[in-house]
Amino acid sequence: MENVDINITIIDREGEKHHIEAPTDMAMNLMEVVRSYELAPEGTIGVCGGMAMCASCQCYVLSDTKLPEMQDDEEAMLSEAFDVKDNSRLGCQIQMTPGMEGLVVELAPES
Amino acid sequence: MSHYHQIDIINLVFNFIFMITTDILIIGAGPTGLFTVFEAGLLKLKCHLIDALPQAGGQCSEIYPKKPIYDIPAYPEILAGDLTERLLEQCKQFEPGFTLGERAETIDKQDDGTFIVTTNKGTKHHAPVVAIAGGLGSFEPRKPKIHNITDFEDKGVEYIIKDPEIYRDKKVVIAGGGDSALDWSIFLSDVAAEVTLIHRRTEFRGHLDSVEKVQELKNKGKINLITPAEVVGIVGDHKVKAVVVKQAQHIEKEFELNCDHFIPLFGLSPKLGPIANWGLEIEKNAIKVNNALDYQTNISGIYAIGDVNTYPGKLKLILCGFHEATLMCQSAYQIINPGKRFVLKYTTVSGVDGFDGTRKEAPKAVVKSIE
Repeated sequence: MENVDINITIIDREGEKHHIEAPTDMAMNLMEVVRSYELAPEGTIGVCGGMAMCASCQCYVLSDTKLPEMQDDEEAMLSEAFDVKDNSRLGCQIQMTPGMEGLVVELAPES
Repeated sequence: MSHYHQIDIINLVFNFIFMITTDILIIGAGPTGLFTVFEAGLLKLKCHLIDALPQAGGQCSEIYPKKPIYDIPAYPEILAGDLTERLLEQCKQFEPGFTLGERAETIDKQDDGTFIVTTNKGTKHHAPVVAIAGGLGSFEPRKPKIHNITDFEDKGVEYIIKDPEIYRDKKVVIAGGGDSALDWSIFLSDVAAEVTLIHRRTEFRGHLDSVEKVQELKNKGKINLITPAEVVGIVGDHKVKAVVVKQAQHIEKEFELNCDHFIPLFGLSPKLGPIANWGLEIEKNAIKVNNALDYQTNISGIYAIGDVNTYPGKLKLILCGFHEATLMCQSAYQIINPGKRFVLKYTTVSGVDGFDGTRKEAPKAVVKSIE
């Protein structure tokens, strides 16, 4: 099978950097990638399951990687979340694609 | 006899008369908890459910009632709210009791091995078996990160509106951009002396009716709307006197806004909460159970089923919760009826006898000779 993994960097809530390979052919989003590598304790991320309804997967995008545009529900959720910055996104709304090679994100604090 | 002893005895008698008693006490009225009532009912065991939310259904009714689920066996698609309705209908004949809007706070194992579970409002429940079907925990209000907010809790800061009358003729600041912020702003505009609604965006996520109503009240001067802005501080001495508002439009500026109450309404998020202190083995924010047998925890008589438990290979799926509930009930039967024989029966063969006197059964085959 063709290798469809991409290399991305995730900085966890303790500030530790993780260089990981994320599959792009398993319909996974960034929140699920974080969970699959157990980079945040279960129950503290992806609480709503990925419906843009809890903001537990909020992260700060540190690279200038092109990401899917923000939809209304993500924007609405972020407007009610805490610790929001200009580069905040919800991991569950970012589907992993080959174009995201080199993505660097930092997980926002638990709220 | 001292005065205190008399009070103790009165409490004891009071509890004895008024304590809720049941066979299986279920903590959490989500899908797994509701299906437990049905499976227990088939074994003639009665259930009572406690849930911190004011309605049954757990996450399905609180977070995503209008969203479809596609992996419930035999339902190619069902809305989470409809699943809750059907589970309630399925278990209705077994007359479950409910303590809703109260959070299970403490558990005390009695000398005879039974348990007393007390809620945050002091309601006591007595049962030989406790099944924790608490999902991700009880839903708690999400608190904005304002450094001194906890100092003002119940001193002008309320995350949940219990009695709107306390706001009569007061100055109220509400923060949030969802339905509850909109609905309470509308409601309190008739009660409070002044209502200010603060939201980080100009757009609100709520029913169109509510958004339009707030617009109308704003135009009439009955709701003071400050957007895009957020509350970043609280000023007061033992009591809220003002909030610090940071306005984002054009140039950032901060100002104080006098008020008697600050009500942040940012929704609810589940927290494992007091259950974490019940002496149960916790791993990954979940309760460790024995999945080779019956989903019992490290405390005999306490089970954990559904999303709240963990074991090697655990999957947090509603359908897995149903399976766990079914096995758990068989084991609970043995605790409640030690040594009493029982074999699994099929509902198609035996029918279902409700505690309410109803009986469901498969129609009998017609036997008639052909001449």
